[in-house]
Amino acid sequence: MKNKMLTAAEAVSVIKDGDTIAVGGFLGTGSPEILLDALVAQGTKHLTLIANDGGMRDDNPYTGGRHKGVAKLIANGQVDHIIASHVGVNPDIFAGMSAGTLKCTLVPQGSLAEKLRAAGAGLGGVLTPTGLGTPVEEGKRIIEIEGVDYLLELPLKPKVSLIRADYCDKFGNFTMLKATKTFNHVMAMAGEIVIVAAEKVFEIGEKDPDFYQVSGVYVDMIVEGEEPWQI
Amino acid sequence: MADIRARIAKRAAKEFKDGDIANLGIGLPTMIPDFLPEGVSIVLHSENGFTGLAGTPEPGEEDYRVIDSGGKWVTTAPYVNFFGAEESFAIIRGGHLDMTVLGAMQVDEEANLANWIIPGKNVAGMGGAMDLVVGAKKVVIAMTHTQKGNHKIMKKCTLPLTAKKVVDMIITEMCVMEFIDGKLTLTEIHPDYTLEDVKAATEAEFAVSPNLKVMEEE
Repeated sequence: MKNKMLTAAEAVSVIKDGDTIAVGGFLGTGSPEILLDALVAQGTKHLTLIANDGGMRDDNPYTGGRHKGVAKLIANGQVDHIIASHVGVNPDIFAGMSAGTLKCTLVPQGSLAEKLRAAGAGLGGVLTPTGLGTPVEEGKRIIEIEGVDYLLELPLKPKVSLIRADYCDKFGNFTMLKATKTFNHVMAMAGEIVIVAAEKVFEIGEKDPDFYQVSGVYVDMIVEGEEPWQI
Repeated sequence: MADIRARIAKRAAKEFKDGDIANLGIGLPTMIPDFLPEGVSIVLHSENGFTGLAGTPEPGEEDYRVIDSGGKWVTTAPYVNFFGAEESFAIIRGGHLDMTVLGAMQVDEEANLANWIIPGKNVAGMGGAMDLVVGAKKVVIAMTHTQKGNHKIMKKCTLPLTAKKVVDMIITEMCVMEFIDGKLTLTEIHPDYTLEDVKAATEAEFAVSPNLKVMEEE
């Protein structure tokens, strides 16, 4: 079996200046902190970042005084363009937008999930009524199906997806506990290269197959060492 | 102000049936569970990935894997189920939510809703709001009737929309309005106000229900 186990630094070295990356989690909960730390250390610039939100800055009371999730990349000036559903929690994003250093594209949260899923599942796009009659429809096709209008949302495909799991086996099958699941599954499906950071990595066959939620087929690289306190 | 917000939340709480699956917006709607009638228990959906939102943990009892959509640590009900964004929004968009209660900046005669862009402020994003109002079976707007003297129930929304033709009911400190056969209709009025007061505070044209009721506090 192909060895997918790497260090965080080795894994994120596939990310180059100007790449599009997707990072799982919701306001930092469920984001792969060891991969983000390694990407900060690597210093890769001009990234397009697909994430639900901008993470939490260290002055937010729910962070324990350290940047959570993708807030690390934004604070370090590594992101040129963020594609997200909500960026109001991290003030660095508005600061970057006012300074002209950060572009922000807003996508309804359900459409963001489906655009990623479409990319991962080989769909040409998704038809949804969400966003019709709002600024979200600008520049998009409206398609009528049996008398009802829908907005065509196109697939969104990151080059690299950074995923957090609680448990993973060495094939890459993985499991996320409680509310850390958000966006991790669809981003694992969508990414051309998928890196999973797990708290605990098991040998293949060590656990019952039903223990795992997501297929390791999507996973290219595995890094062990996520800590529960980092969530 | 506190009693006005409580009045609106109390009235909104009466809309729920036992067992309803609901998503409550930030602010005033989060007060609703405190006012649910005796014998009515509802299941709260949190768009970051679970059904079974309960309350706030005691200090030291936080589970850092369990936050709500505002990023706060929360507790869950015994029947909680966790899922990813794709399933969370399939629940919302697939018509599996009985009701959502949200605030608004503007609602208009066409049942259009504007609640995501505040003029002159940075645009934080729609998050799940557009999906919620399009997908939920019933959309209730719980809000103050006016904002600093400005109308919020309009002939036509002037702010960018969150969604078109989605609002089913508006609950304010003055009254309850419902869209009945597509027509905005006053169905309840609070005893502190007259019909003329409501008309003066409402830019939209509205019908008055032949069964106009008193908006009761208790």
